[in-house]
Amino acid sequence: MAELILISTLNGVLYGLLLFLMASGLTLIFSMMGVLNFAHASFYMLGAFLGFQISRWAGFWVALIVAPVLVGLVGALVERFGLRNVHRHGHVAELLFTFGLAFVIEELVQIVWGKSPVDFRTPTLLDFPAFTVFATNYPAYKLFMLVISVAIFVGLFLMLTRTRIGLIVQAALTHPHMVAHLGHNVPLVFMSVFGVGAALAGIAGVIAGPALVTQSSMAALLGPILFVVVVVGGLGSLQGALFASLLIGLLQTFAISINLSLSDLFVGSGFTPEPNTLLGDLWRVSVAQIAPILPYVLLILILVFKPTGLFGNRET
Amino acid sequence: MTSRSLLAAFVATGVLAGSSAAAQDTIKIAYIDPLSGPGATVGEVGLKTFQFLAEELNAKGGAAGKKFEILPFDNKTNPQESLVQVQKAVDAGARIITQGNGSSVAAALTDWVTKYNERNPGKEVLYLNYAAVDPVLTNEKCSYWHFRWDANSDIKMEALTNYMKGQKDIKKVYLINQDYSFGQAVRKAAVEMLKAKRPDIQVVGDELHPLLKVTDFAPYIAKIKASGADTVITGNWSQDFALLLKAAADAGLQVNWFTYYAGGTGGPTSVKQTGLNHRVFAIQEGTANVDHAASQATEKTFREKFGSSILYPRAFNEMRMLAAAINKANSTDPTKIAPALEDMKVDVFTGGEGYMRKDDHQFFQPMYIVSLGDLGPKEPFDEEKTGWGWRTIARLDAKDTVVPTTCKMQRPS
Amino acid sequence: MSDAIATPGARTAAQTGIGRLAPWGVWIAAGVLLAALPLVFRSGTALTMLSLMGIAIIFALSYNMLLGQTGLLSFGHAVYYGLGAYFTVHAINWAIAAKLPIPLPIMPLVGGLAGLGFAILFGWVSTKRSGTAFAMISLGLAELVGSSSLILRSFFGGEEGVTTNRTKLLRLFDWNFGPQIQVYYLIAAWCLLSIALMYALTRTPFGRMCNAVRDNSERAQFVGYNPQVVRYIAFCLSGLFAGIAGGLTSINFELANAALFSAAQSGNVLLATFIGGAGHFVGPILGAVLVTYLQNMLSDVTEVWQLYFGLMFIATVMYAPGGLAGLIMMHGPIWRAGALGRLLAGYALLLGPMAMVTVGAVLVIEMMTHLGVRAAEGTTMKMGGISFDAKSWLPWALALILLVGGGGLARLAWGYLAGAWDRAEAVAREKGLTV
Repeated sequence: MAELILISTLNGVLYGLLLFLMASGLTLIFSMMGVLNFAHASFYMLGAFLGFQISRWAGFWVALIVAPVLVGLVGALVERFGLRNVHRHGHVAELLFTFGLAFVIEELVQIVWGKSPVDFRTPTLLDFPAFTVFATNYPAYKLFMLVISVAIFVGLFLMLTRTRIGLIVQAALTHPHMVAHLGHNVPLVFMSVFGVGAALAGIAGVIAGPALVTQSSMAALLGPILFVVVVVGGLGSLQGALFASLLIGLLQTFAISINLSLSDLFVGSGFTPEPNTLLGDLWRVSVAQIAPILPYVLLILILVFKPTGLFGNRET
Repeated sequence: MTSRSLLAAFVATGVLAGSSAAAQDTIKIAYIDPLSGPGATVGEVGLKTFQFLAEELNAKGGAAGKKFEILPFDNKTNPQESLVQVQKAVDAGARIITQGNGSSVAAALTDWVTKYNERNPGKEVLYLNYAAVDPVLTNEKCSYWHFRWDANSDIKMEALTNYMKGQKDIKKVYLINQDYSFGQAVRKAAVEMLKAKRPDIQVVGDELHPLLKVTDFAPYIAKIKASGADTVITGNWSQDFALLLKAAADAGLQVNWFTYYAGGTGGPTSVKQTGLNHRVFAIQEGTANVDHAASQATEKTFREKFGSSILYPRAFNEMRMLAAAINKANSTDPTKIAPALEDMKVDVFTGGEGYMRKDDHQFFQPMYIVSLGDLGPKEPFDEEKTGWGWRTIARLDAKDTVVPTTCKMQRPS
Repeated sequence: MSDAIATPGARTAAQTGIGRLAPWGVWIAAGVLLAALPLVFRSGTALTMLSLMGIAIIFALSYNMLLGQTGLLSFGHAVYYGLGAYFTVHAINWAIAAKLPIPLPIMPLVGGLAGLGFAILFGWVSTKRSGTAFAMISLGLAELVGSSSLILRSFFGGEEGVTTNRTKLLRLFDWNFGPQIQVYYLIAAWCLLSIALMYALTRTPFGRMCNAVRDNSERAQFVGYNPQVVRYIAFCLSGLFAGIAGGLTSINFELANAALFSAAQSGNVLLATFIGGAGHFVGPILGAVLVTYLQNMLSDVTEVWQLYFGLMFIATVMYAPGGLAGLIMMHGPIWRAGALGRLLAGYALLLGPMAMVTVGAVLVIEMMTHLGVRAAEGTTMKMGGISFDAKSWLPWALALILLVGGGGLARLAWGYLAGAWDRAEAVAREKGLTV
């Protein structure tokens, strides 16, 4: 039992931090501009593929630096020439623009790299088991992911709260006009924030690429979960995103290890619905079977009961 | 755009303007599978295979004096889209359709074909299924007009469990599958057949996870480890397969993996990445390394031409049998081809005897238990340029793979 | 004073004969058009396409009740569509098994009621918020229902879904609905009915309140209406019509499966509504027809049709957020002012350069596709009947000239067109017509 709890906690934390890595940029952009960037997962995918390509020419570590920069540039250009024009049509139009953008990026990636998974390997430097817990190995690469996630959190947090740039960004969040009146170049700030958000997605892509499958469908697979993280965590809150990621990671991981279903809970009641009926199916579905969709239940619950998210301080 | 898509465009515009079917001097076979979107990698390989086969048969004169022509239709792996495309195919003059990717599509097509043939006597259409493996298609939903060349999941499990009967070191088996019809069919067959043939084997886990939604399989690996299993049986494919094995390799799990789709596109690459050398097994109707001169020569030609291995040896069986049936019936009318096809016995692509069972139109053929790993001296082919290839561990004759059927086939009077 | 008020008994000219028919003229014309279409397009594919368009029109209009009229962006509208389909299929199967004397044309109503029921169930939770929160809730619900449909096999039939036979119900006028043409007429009838009902809704005070809540929900609150109740009712009615569309689709394909709940299905209806134009009633109709046509035909012509769709969507969002209908309606006042002629010259001038730019862009995209993924097939390709090598510099140079040259010419033509618009607008304003 202790083994199960310890291993589930470890796995949950690792998965949660991976989610945070991917969602950090999205939180920044969402908080900043109030628009949910549907294309965020696409930037993540772009980062993974660019990382793969560059790592084939110059190795993983070079890719880790260069790929996010490239993705950040793409993000800045998208903001400058795309989003800025759409901004005046309202939030819905911005959302739709990023929706179309996600389509386009996915197709472009398919054109260049194909639809099959590509062979993006973990760097040999980190390809060994870091430690062993109850006869289960934990690769060093996962620890590396953990370290980077925490570093990003700390870095972003300090930047947003302690530096001048961060203060301007926070102010522009709630009072863009006033900040502009004070002489700051708010459009430039917006563009930089979008670029940095995209770059963060790019880093997540380069790092998660070898751990997960690098394939053109990876954006569509991970996109929805990222939105859950950001919305559950709350707008304008980096701590919220971290908390939500960990919560979802742990929730999903623990749920997978629970094989209970309603029939197990009510085993003494004598109520046994027929196997091939709707009620029978509902009765027999186990928590483990529905574990990966629990985050969406959480999403709906939060949006109904606390729409600003767990730590949010602003309505969407 | 290639000439094939241009052809398709002409076909499409033509049928929209209401023109009737084109000249009848070729045997048109409509290939309805994904040619865009995520399923396209597999769909395109299938198309190339069929075009290769059509060329091979045409070089020998075709069948009943006519040549074969493959018409591609993109169904984007969507059942409703497939029904639109099959209508286009019929308008273009095709009376034989072939499809394989997705049992949901196959079920929709077999239903449509049965109803269409009933409502349009004289215009019957034949449906040749080369890869959709849900058992219902030759059981509850069987149809006189549907023929299946792929061993369905029950047959594969029968072959696998017959092999496992003799493996005394298998003691604890863990089942992990995707939570939809195919995965549920796999686990059901596994539990029943293991109980019947090796009641001493303990099934220590029976896991179902949502289809293509899990990104981190580490918790599942933890459960497998905790159960003490020495063997895992899984029907997972595509990224569910890749991520499962990755997680296993990361955690250092040492078990044998009996899979259905280690040979799917991307499968060998992911297995190589994990480093599980000859620990991942698959149940297939043949591989490139099977010791059979004719199929190995064809494999060589195919690889040189297309740069990919022959993923569908069964397509070879399908087309060759189709040609033989057309010749036997001396007609391209599906009402005459069907009776010639059922009960047909052939020498299959990789050697050995196979036959089409009349009761349910399921093809039975020798099955191979193969493992992926370093190449041995008599194994000339590797997979997906990984340097690893298939090694035959066991071969089961067609008769050792037979499963009963509940099909009550409605035959045309 | 008009005659109608002075002499209550007398009829005004507008109320006699044909004049009386005029408001209904559009509907009669639409009915005639729908009835006559299959006589022009006879092939099986064409009939299937027309049937699909009919269903897509109902679905897109129901979606626009949310998006265009009430300002609610939903990413999960396919839930009600799919549930409508499933309930219809089960109802048909039940009617067949129990030998009930219910004819097929009534069955889409079952779908509609199912859509309505689930919208009532999920709607209260969904419509608590609007804007991004609403969109996210719809996304979450769609994921939940989609995943559940694979797990709850008994009702949803697992991966294969549930099939039915539409010919086994009670026959009306000796129609068994086996042939596609009969199904088309069924769909066309429901389509006309649904369009009429949804149009009527927009003309009611409730429809106007939806618009008010869309534009300024705070103000609507001050006027005395609870925005959430308004949104909720709009949501329920939208679910009703989505369910009808779902019922028709299950009759058309004799199948209901989990693919109906997919994100692609929800995305498609959003695409169709937006490209058609969410701001006008006619917009979704145009969008549904166009998107259905393109989806079925474009994939035959090019492998990267999704890219073209995405680009078209982005272009619409950026340059024509009113969609096709918005673009067309923009010309309304100009046409009424009789100043359309001035614009035609401008458009004619623009046509050539835009064609050049489009051909150039398509050339680049298709060549990239050939060089990238399909390199294994060799780099020769064929476009417009001319075959060439994607690797040689000639087609790339040509594409570059087309793009740059065409782009430059387009800019000039655009300037001229903008001037022509100003003049045309001035004429319209003089006549008192606003643009």
